[in-house]
Order: sequence, then structure tokens, then C-alpha cells
Amino acid sequence: MADQAGDKPFLQFTNVKKTYDHKSLVVKDFNLDVAKGEFITLLGPSGSGKTTCLMMLAGFEDVTSGEILINGRPVTSIAPYQRNIGMVFQQYALFPHMTLRENLAYPLKVRKMAKDEINAKVDEYLALVELQDFGNRHPGQLSGGQRQRVALARALIFAPDIVLMDEPLGALDKKLREQMQFEIKRLHDQLGFTVIYVTHDQTEALTMSDRIAVFNNGIVQQCAAPHVLYERPANLFVAGFIGESNTLRGTIASVETDTVTVRLEDGAQVSCLKANCTEIGAPTTISIRPEKLTFTDRLGTTGNQIKARFVARHYVGEYIRYQFETADKTELVVKNLNDSSAPQFSAQEEVALAWLAIDSQALDRPQAQAAT
Amino acid sequence: MSSLTTTEARQAASAQRKKRITAFMFVVPLLVFILLTFVAPIASMLWRSVHHPTVAELIPHTLEALKDWDGKAVPDQHTLQIFAVELNGLAKERLSGKLAEEFNRAYTGMSSVVKSTARKVAKLKGDDLRDKGAQTLLDANPKWQRTDLWYAIQRAGEKYTYDYYLTALDLELKPDTGIQVREETQIYLQLYSKTLTMALVITLLCAALGYPLSYYLAGLSENRANLLLVLVLLPFWTSLLVRTTAWIALLQTNGVINSFLMGVGLTNEPFEMLYTSFATVVAMTHILLPFMILPLYSVMRGIDPSYMRAALSLGDKPIPAFAKIYLPMTLPGLSAGALLVFIISVGYYITPALVGGTDGQMISNIIAFHMQRSNNWELAAALGSLLLALILLLYWLYDRFVGASNIKLG
Repeated sequence: MADQAGDKPFLQFTNVKKTYDHKSLVVKDFNLDVAKGEFITLLGPSGSGKTTCLMMLAGFEDVTSGEILINGRPVTSIAPYQRNIGMVFQQYALFPHMTLRENLAYPLKVRKMAKDEINAKVDEYLALVELQDFGNRHPGQLSGGQRQRVALARALIFAPDIVLMDEPLGALDKKLREQMQFEIKRLHDQLGFTVIYVTHDQTEALTMSDRIAVFNNGIVQQCAAPHVLYERPANLFVAGFIGESNTLRGTIASVETDTVTVRLEDGAQVSCLKANCTEIGAPTTISIRPEKLTFTDRLGTTGNQIKARFVARHYVGEYIRYQFETADKTELVVKNLNDSSAPQFSAQEEVALAWLAIDSQALDRPQAQAAT
Repeated sequence: MSSLTTTEARQAASAQRKKRITAFMFVVPLLVFILLTFVAPIASMLWRSVHHPTVAELIPHTLEALKDWDGKAVPDQHTLQIFAVELNGLAKERLSGKLAEEFNRAYTGMSSVVKSTARKVAKLKGDDLRDKGAQTLLDANPKWQRTDLWYAIQRAGEKYTYDYYLTALDLELKPDTGIQVREETQIYLQLYSKTLTMALVITLLCAALGYPLSYYLAGLSENRANLLLVLVLLPFWTSLLVRTTAWIALLQTNGVINSFLMGVGLTNEPFEMLYTSFATVVAMTHILLPFMILPLYSVMRGIDPSYMRAALSLGDKPIPAFAKIYLPMTLPGLSAGALLVFIISVGYYITPALVGGTDGQMISNIIAFHMQRSNNWELAAALGSLLLALILLLYWLYDRFVGASNIKLG
């Protein structure tokens, strides 16, 4: 993803590995190219190795093997304080014994900037995060959201090449979190810095990022733009981790150019997009998003169909959530927009559900699941 | 509506009161215990330093007569006569020894004078006493003709006195010049300043030794840190006497350290380490180190590593970042530890008494001396009160400049 062909990418992880106990790898062979100005999110459950990657980039953890390059230059030999990387910590790490102004001035003073220049910069960045009137307060006198904004301003004020954010919104409540997501995006668009963002919140990742690297067990499962991740998950883990997903089990019956035909366990055959399961006879899991699954009267006879019994209907607000069960007890969820057409069903009523081949994918089926 | 009716307000207030009374009942036993065993003895001890009615009770009439004395010459015959009668009475009741002791404290060398005079006066009887009493007194010892002696007696006779504080501050009161620096031996001020200096040195040593250790412990995993903390606490579980005696074994002339140094040929003559202030400082640093480590460790444990990381990521070098960020954040623990160590060491008794010799004595040892040997409880109380005042003053200064709210004990 380099800016121009032939150029080295701005930031590059090549075959990075990390172990803490010299026995097991926390990060196994991490590769990532980041372009200047890109917003990359490392997403994954806790303990999946994403924060470790961030810490290695910042220089707070050693790289066991492999190389991290910024502008083609290995950072491994550069001390953390020389890397010119801004960082926003989960608990903000604002210096409690300094006022906001002193906190913001800290990186500038270290860089031996002139006094009036520092003052002007601090004013500018206080205004940028809308905290002009709070400059002389101490962090302890601020709310969580305000502290978050100061932490952000402090990480940006010295115009670092890269800004790292380690679950920066984890300590905020839902509403404030959404507000801060837009704030961060706004600053990113305005100032054009490169962001490596770590989170375990998939909604946050989807709304903010240019690309998302999904981590699990120290391996990047997929690295792609949000819509690709959501609509074309590369494997079952990604499909399950990002958003909600209906899964149907079957075996591959035949393989076409872009699609595969899957025989479901009840014998019915459906057509799905080809993904990481392409061998005829191999067990597979079909993944369909709940909002792509609908009632037959909507699609007519163009799509795949499956019969299921109605179990429950939940009113969520912007959509209605229906719960169905197939003959082999697989649960299916349908999300239908809360409009006048949202149907009602009676208990145990048999309903035919339908979806388009392009909205489903034939993914891997782990052995453990195949055995059940 | 947010406002309460009067009945509601009354009910709320009475519920509150009940709660407070219940809470108070819980602490009453402890309160009584502390009052009886701690506050009351200390208060009576401090009271003793200003209230000293012994002389006034022994010779009330003489003191009454001395009230009219101009202080310029020997008191008149009448006064001396009254004193002779009272001395006679005391000698018969075998109380003249007590008076001798009291006079001796007020005026050096009076012990034997009073005792011999009392013997002579005791021989006089009836009219003889009334007629020749004064003369017998003056004949018995020329000191009775000294004006300053009578001045000292007059002062010793006052029930309330600040003389002991003057003594404790190496001052004295002279009839003609007022309060001045005592001409004889001056020991107490020097001892106070020595005590403070030693306490300061001990505090600095504890901080210098405890800070890096606490830092190391705070960086370890919980399990390993707890294991090592047990080692820090181990001295606490050993008898103080055992630890101090161990230092004697180490430091003495033919002790472990000297044998080692001579063994490897670093020195030919043993160093005199025991019974010096060096020994006091070393042993007390060892004993008080946990008081520094524990608050420091607990504060450092609470400091998220991300603060230092933030400082580094903002471009500061490790050492300046440590000085600007980490050190200020550990100040609450450092001040708590320093305050604990300093205050405990200022009043420490056993260790300096055992390993300090004369050189390593501290003010508490002199206080103990006046309590046990010279039997001058009043002076001991005055010295103790001054020590207490000094510590309160230091605490006040500390609060002024550092802020007591910054202290964190754990």
C-alpha cells in the first residue's frame, strides 16, 4: 500500500515475532505495510498480540525477530524517545502534577522550542480540542472525555510522524465514545497524521479505519478495508468476530469460477461465494449476515432458500430482530428494518428464508466444530 | 419539591445523631484505653516540667518571708530565723535530705551544706532555736551569706517555673543580668543538633537505599515482589535487641568486619567503629529501612508504567523523564517514609544506648539518664517537651512547604 509504486512503504512490519517467555510466540510472523496518512486499526480479542505490536513499534518492547521499518529505516536500533511517535494510552497517562498547559508543553520543551512558540502551539492545540478555558487546571479536575482530548492533543502537538492509540476510548461510556470517534477522525482528516489504532471494539474499528488488521492468536487473520472485512470475511473467525453472522454447515458439492455449490446437512443445495474453502467434499461453514437474510416474498425465487421455524421476535428500535431455528437446530437471525413491512409470525410457524449467493460465503469449518 | 418539612428534617437529624452515637460507642473502649495509658501519663509528665511544688511545700514560711526581700543583700534576721525553724522541723521529720537535693539542683554544691547545717540546727531546742537559729545558720557555712543563693532558693520555691526549660536550652537566669547563656557546661543544645543531624543522615541513607529497591520491587510481578517484601519485613519480626546485638558483633574491635578487613590486608589496625555515632547511624538505618521501603513501594506500585512511557514517547530522555515525571509522582511515598524514619529516629533510644557509646548518644539517652540516674524528672520532662515541640515544628514546616496531604502511608 505504498504511496507510489517502487517506493518503500512509510511504515513496514516484516516477519515480526515476539515472545515473552522464550517458549510461546505472542506475535507470530506479523507483516503489515502502512502508507503515510493511513488510519490502520489492529483489532482482536484481548491477548491476541495487537498491543504487543504497538509497544514494539513505540519501542517499549523488544522485537524478538523480524524488522520494523519507518521510511525504510529499521527502528529497532532507535531509542523510544528518538522515534518521534505520539502515543495515546488507555489510561491517558496525563502527568497528574502538571497543568494541562504544562502537559502539552512537555514535548515542546524537550525539543527546546522557544517560549512564545511553545505558548502559541499550546494555545492552538487547546483550541483544537476545545479546552481553551481549562489550560491551568490539573488533569484530576477534568472529566474522562476531557482528559481523553488532552491526551490526544499532547500526542499530536509535536507533529509526530505516527500516532499510536492503545484502546484510547476504552474507559469512556458509550455516548462519549462515539463522540470521541468522530473527534479523532476529524483531527485525522484535518492534520493528516498516520494512525495505528488498537481496539477490541469492532464497531469502533469499522467506523474509523481505512484498513483493519484482525488479530487472533498472534496472527493477522485478515487485513482489509472495513467493508471488505464485513462483507468478504476471509475466514470463519473474522466473520464471527466482526458483526453478527449466521452460520450453516454443509459440504462443498461443486466449484465454479466465483462461486461454490454447498450441500447443506438436510440435502438442499445452495450457492455461495468462493472463499477459503474450495475442495470438493470438504466440510464448510456458510456465513450470512442477519440483515442479508430475508423472507422469500422479498426475493422471489432468485436466491437460496431454507426453511426454518419462528422462535422469537425482538423489538430493538431501528430494526426488528427475528430468531428462527432450522430442522437441525441451527439458530438463524434475521434483522429487518423497522418499517411498515416488518412481518408478524405465530409461534412455531414454518417460514422460508432466502438470501443471495453474493451475500454468503463458504468458509472453513474447524475440526472441533465438524465433530459436533 | 426538594425541601423537607420540619418533621422530616427533625427525623433525619435524629437518625443521623443515633448513627453518630453508635459509631462513637464503638471507639469508646479504645479511647478510654488511650486516655489512661497514653495521654494521661504524657500530660502528667509534661505538667511536671512546669509545676514543681516540692520546695514550696517544704519551706512555705521562709518563702513567704522572702517575698519582702529586696534581693540586694542577705535576707534579714527575721527571715533567716524562720528558715532555721523550718529546717529544724524538716531535720526532725527526716525531710532535710530532700531539701538538700532540691537546693543542690538550684545551686550547685548545696547538698552537703544543707545536710550539715540541718544537723547543727537540729541540736537547738526551744528558745535557743528562736534566738540563735539565724546565727547558727550563718556560722554553719559561709554560703548562707551569699545573695545569689537566696535568689536561687526564692526561685526554686515557686510552684510554677520555666527554669527547667532554661536548663534544657543551656540558659540560666541571673538576678542582675536576666536570662543568659549558661556559663557552665552546655550540653543540651549541642545534643539536640546532633540528634537532628543524625536523624537527617539516617533518613537520607534510608531514602538512598530504599528508593532503588522499592523501584525494583514495584517493577516485579506481584508474586515475586511479595516474596521479596517478606525479606524486607523479616527484620521486623526479629527482636530489636537481637538485631542491635548483631551489629555489636559485626562492628566491635575484634568483630566480623574488622577481622575481614585485616584478613584481606586492607588495614593493619582495627577501626574503632562500635560506640561511635557511625555505629548508631549504621544500625538505625538498618532498623528503620522498612519504614522507608513500605510507603515508597506502595506508592510506586500504584504508578502505571504508561507515565514513563508517555514521557519517553514525547521525546524526553530516560533520566530527565524520571526526574520530571516519576520522581514527583513518588514524592508522597518518599515524604511519608522520610517523615516516619526521621521522627522515629529523633526519639530512638535502645540502639544508640547499646551501640552509640558516648559519641553516639542522642537526646533520648539524656532524657533517660535524667529519669533513671540523676532523678531529675522535671528536667527530663522539659527535654521531652522540647523534643515534642521540635518535632511538631518540623512537621508544621513540612506541611507548609511540602503539604501533609501529600503523605501516603500505603
